[in-house]
Amino acid sequence: MAAGTLPILDIRGLSKQFIAGGKAVDALANVDLMINKGEFVCLIGASGCGKSTLLRIIAGFESATAGTVAMYGAPIIGPGADRGVVFQDYALFPWLTVRDNICFGPRQRGLSIVHARAVGDAYMAMVGLTDYAQRFPAQLSGGMKQRVAIARVLANDADMLLMDEPFGALDALTREKLQEDLLEIWQRTGVTIIFVTHSVEEAVLLSDRVIVMSASPGRIAIDSPVPLVRPREVSAIDFNAVRRTLTQQLTSHVTSKQRGAADVIV
Amino acid sequence: MHSSENGVAASDLTLAAHGEIAVPTTAPVAAGVAAIWRQPLLLGAVLPILMIIFWDQAVRLSGTQLIPRPHAVALMLWDFVVGGIYDDAYSQTFHIHLWASVKRVYGGFFLAALCAIPLGLLIGRVRLMQMLFDPLLALLRPVPVTAWLPLSMIFFGLGPNAAIFLVFLGAFYPILLNTVLGVRSADQRLFEAAAMLGCNGSQQFRAVVLPAALPTIFTGLRIGLSFSWILIVVGEMTGVPTGLGAVIMDGRNLSRTDLVIAGMIIIGIAGFLSDRMVVALNNKLLAWSPQHRG
Repeated sequence: MAAGTLPILDIRGLSKQFIAGGKAVDALANVDLMINKGEFVCLIGASGCGKSTLLRIIAGFESATAGTVAMYGAPIIGPGADRGVVFQDYALFPWLTVRDNICFGPRQRGLSIVHARAVGDAYMAMVGLTDYAQRFPAQLSGGMKQRVAIARVLANDADMLLMDEPFGALDALTREKLQEDLLEIWQRTGVTIIFVTHSVEEAVLLSDRVIVMSASPGRIAIDSPVPLVRPREVSAIDFNAVRRTLTQQLTSHVTSKQRGAADVIV
Repeated sequence: MHSSENGVAASDLTLAAHGEIAVPTTAPVAAGVAAIWRQPLLLGAVLPILMIIFWDQAVRLSGTQLIPRPHAVALMLWDFVVGGIYDDAYSQTFHIHLWASVKRVYGGFFLAALCAIPLGLLIGRVRLMQMLFDPLLALLRPVPVTAWLPLSMIFFGLGPNAAIFLVFLGAFYPILLNTVLGVRSADQRLFEAAAMLGCNGSQQFRAVVLPAALPTIFTGLRIGLSFSWILIVVGEMTGVPTGLGAVIMDGRNLSRTDLVIAGMIIIGIAGFLSDRMVVALNNKLLAWSPQHRG
C-alpha cells in the first residue's frame, strides 16, 4: 500500500513520567515518531513498554511531561473529534441504540437529526450493522460492539483512528473477520490508523509499518516497514519470514531487558 | 419437561449461530399445584393472609377491647370510602383525605427531586461543588427529619406547608446521595469516549453524566418516595384538618383504633402504588439496562 508522504502526526522528544509509590517511573523517554497521512502503523511491545500511554497522549487524554505532539503541525492539547479512539472495552454508551451511538459525534457537532442519521446510517451499513440499528449495546456480541465503536469514530469524520488492542478481547474467528473488515474500511476511507497490539502476526497482517517498543524506560526500539503486498496471507512463506524476523528482533530486545517477555504472542 | 428443555437449548443454538444474544424463554407450562403456587402474586399473598388470621385470633383469644378485629376494620374502610354504615364525620371522606395527602406527598417529593438531582450531578462531577457541599451535608444528614418538625412549624406555621417541608427534607437526602453515587460510579471510559467524539465540559452533563447516573437516581427516587409517605403522616399529625395523617391522629384521640388501622392500610396501599408508578417509569427509561429492571 502506497502511503501518502504528508505527515499527519509529528512527535518530538516525548517523555512521560508517572509517580508510582513515591517514585518517578519513566513510562516514555525521548520518543520521536513521524506518521504519514493514510499510514497503517502498529505499535507492539510487552506490557509496560508505554504503547498505551503513547496512544493516550496522542488521543489527548494525558499530557506529556516533556516534548511535543503535533497533528498537521498544530500541538495536541486535549481530546478531539479529529482523533477517534477505539477502546479494547468498547466504551459504547449503553443507553443509546446502535444507531444513536454512531450518530453521537455528528449530533454533538450540531448536525440535525436527519443529517446525522444519514451520515450514521452510511457507516452503520459499512460495518454491517444495519439490521441491528435499534439494539442496545447490552444486546450485542463483543465483535458487534467493536464494529459500532469503529463506525462511531468514522461517522465523526476522524482523520486518525487510535486503536488500543481493539480485538484483544474477541475470539479468534471474530478477530479475523474484523481484521479483514478493518483493512477494507482503511482502504476505502484512507484514514490513518495507529493500532496497538500484543500480536506480531496481527501487526504483520495489518500494518504498513511496525513500531516495536521496549520498556523501562518506554521507547521506540525498532521502526520497520512491512515489505509485503496486500492482500496478505498468514500462511504464505514471505509472511512467515517477516514474522520470524520481527519476532527475533522483538525477543532479543525484550529478553535483553528481562521483562514481560511472556506478554508478546508470536 | 425433558422435551421442552431440549427445545430451549436448540433455539439457543440457532440464535447463537446468527450471532445474536439468546434470550431464553421461560415458564414451562407444567400443570399441578406446585406450579400454581409459584405464581408471584399467589405466593406473595400468603404472608398477608396469615398475618390477618393471626391478628384475628390473637385479638379473639386475648379478649382485648383496644384493638378491633379485621372485619371491624374492613367495615370502617367501607364506611370511610363508600359510606352508609356509621354516618359520622369520617363516612365517605376518603377521597378528601387521600387527595390532601397525595398533593403534599408529591409536592414535597417533586420539589426534592427538582433540587436534589441537579445538585447531585454537580456535586458528583465538579470537585469544587463537592468540597463546598460535603461538610454541610454530612452534618445535616444524621439529624432525623422528624426532629425538624418544631422548626418547620415555626417556619411555615400550622398548616400543610410544614408537612410539605418535612416530605421535602425526607426525600431530598436519598435522591441527592444516590445521584452523587450514580455520577461517581459512572464508567470513566464513557467520559473519555464522549470527549474524543467532541463532547466536552458542560455538554457532558446531559449527554453522559445524567444518563449514566439515571439507574442510581431511580433508586434514590424510590427510597425518597417511600420516605415521603412515612413523613406525610408525621407532618399531618399536627395542625391540619385533612390528610391521612390527620385521620390517624384523630382516630387516636377519639380512641377509634379501627380508624387508625384503616388509615394505616390506605397509606400502605398508596405508598405501594406510588412505588409501582416509579418502577414503571424506571423500566421505560432504563430499557437499555437489563440489570436495572425493578
